[in-house]
Amino acid sequence: MSTETARLRAGGGGSSRPWYRNWQLYTLLILPVAYFVIFRYLPMAGNIIAFRQYMPGGNIFGEYWTGFDNFKLFLADPGFWQVFRNNIVLGGLALLFGFPAPIILALLLNEVRNRGFKRFVQSATYLPHFLSVVIVAGMIMQLTSLQGTINHFLSTVGIDKIAFMQDPGWFPAIYVGSEVWQTAGWGTILYLAALTQIDESLYEAARIDGANRWKQTWHVTIPGITPTIVTLLILNIGTFLGVGFEKIFLLYNPSTYATADVISTYLFRVGIQSGSFSYAAAIGMFEALIGAILVISSNMVAKRLTGAGLW
Amino acid sequence: MIEAPAAGAVPTASLVLGNTKHRSRIRQSRGERIFGVVNVVILLLAVAITLFPFVNVVAQSLSSEKYIDFGLVSVWPRGWDVSTYGLVLKDPTFWINYRNTVVYTVVSTAVSMVLSTMFAYAVSRPELKGRKFFIGMAIVTMLYSGGIIPTYIVVNKLNLTDTIWAIALPGAISVFNVLVMKSFFENLPDELLEAAQIDGLNTYGILLRIVLPLSKAVMATMILIYAVGQWNSWFPAFLYMDHSDLYPVTVYLRNLIAGATGAQDAGASADGNLTQIGANIKSVTMVLIVIPILFVYPFIQRYFVTGIMLGSVKG
Repeated sequence: MSTETARLRAGGGGSSRPWYRNWQLYTLLILPVAYFVIFRYLPMAGNIIAFRQYMPGGNIFGEYWTGFDNFKLFLADPGFWQVFRNNIVLGGLALLFGFPAPIILALLLNEVRNRGFKRFVQSATYLPHFLSVVIVAGMIMQLTSLQGTINHFLSTVGIDKIAFMQDPGWFPAIYVGSEVWQTAGWGTILYLAALTQIDESLYEAARIDGANRWKQTWHVTIPGITPTIVTLLILNIGTFLGVGFEKIFLLYNPSTYATADVISTYLFRVGIQSGSFSYAAAIGMFEALIGAILVISSNMVAKRLTGAGLW
Repeated sequence: MIEAPAAGAVPTASLVLGNTKHRSRIRQSRGERIFGVVNVVILLLAVAITLFPFVNVVAQSLSSEKYIDFGLVSVWPRGWDVSTYGLVLKDPTFWINYRNTVVYTVVSTAVSMVLSTMFAYAVSRPELKGRKFFIGMAIVTMLYSGGIIPTYIVVNKLNLTDTIWAIALPGAISVFNVLVMKSFFENLPDELLEAAQIDGLNTYGILLRIVLPLSKAVMATMILIYAVGQWNSWFPAFLYMDHSDLYPVTVYLRNLIAGATGAQDAGASADGNLTQIGANIKSVTMVLIVIPILFVYPFIQRYFVTGIMLGSVKG
């Protein structure tokens, strides 16, 4: 085996060849690298318009320098801070409720002995993950409409109908609830995988020590998946500002802007719909920078604490 | 009703398997039995909550609008009416948009697969000098994106608007998918590839005739991930398409929904005869969009789980 490998290496394979003898490998990179340059790096460079005046149809890097004017403008704009706050509230609530949900579901699934039933529950709860956000928005609107099931239920128990989608007070609950609905089942996958890795002998030992099922869960199961929980928590904290732009865009309307409008929807309206591209690019850059800092630092924390990170 | 036999079956099964199955419950206390039942009930409740919106949409799609307007349709169809399906299926715009979805899905999945495979394979080879640089180049885009405004400007400047390329190109490569493919390629036996090289296959030959046939599972996973993503996608089309006969069916549905909320955008492609779009019409459209997904759901589920596991193994 080893002599054969050695012979193959001597035959010219492996990394001993000069780089240009692998030119064919480089040709495979041409199109993907062009893709990255044009559709990922060019827009990054295009953010320069945050500091320059962009004219629709003009130079993609803008016409003349404006310095930090756009940044000063939005940082002094109470409207921006309103959406910033909304962003933190919606992202924070989605994390608060959306993060524990799959852990609880996975622990409950772990206690199921009947494999068929377990698979049935998994299949059903994974389903929302595969839906288009447009479908999800459509379902939410039908359920919460004045003729919808929720209002019908309320009226049968004698409560007045509620115009959920017109009431800014309800938006966070609707958004967070639908996030949990969509992600709880799918989120169990990594936990269920971690659960299968727990050493059987630990349960054996716990049983000999007289631990009942609850104690086994508390002292064996939960410690067994704690590294997964910590890693995912840190990574989720890193991305919590990236709330679901498309879903909010589909669900909100002017009457719910007070709680529903977030940074990404705000800059979309200001930039693309109203044409203030440079101003919106400044806001977008600010958001992306905060996001990148959060992701990088949370990944560093995850790596230090658990040895596992995103990369 | 349903939970009683299921709950009963659980302890019986574990008693039978008692000694071999892990965490046997030979000395199962009363509390534990109660927990077993409660657990099943909670999970069934979770399933019911998850599935209810689907059931509701299907029921509404088969109900007459009168009943829906009175809020009487929740789980069962009321005032059975399949003619709504006929109404939607007779709308030529619906068909054009549905066909667009199919075309966009096929084309952009193909583009994504070609670009992702070429990149992932190249950077999986240790003999590629500068592979760290190329991998880094990809990962940076995961952390920091140019954002919607500059991307919109670039797509416009390239005159891609109102073409399929505005949909297929900007998001063509998912770096996460590339990393999954790369780690899969890296784990292929080196000897095999080197032997192929000695047999005179060049890089392209090795990729096409050795690597891809060995990677069917991961390729199928990636195809499904890209295809489902594209099937469900609506925003790029909404952003870059100006004519209703270029919309995918998701944008068609979006316009039906937006019509009800009084949102902007007058380009709704709804049937001109309908002054107000009924919940039953929206429901029918939703059902027709979801059906293909349900059709491939058993495969999707399996392959997606494989994909997510491959992704997490690579640390």
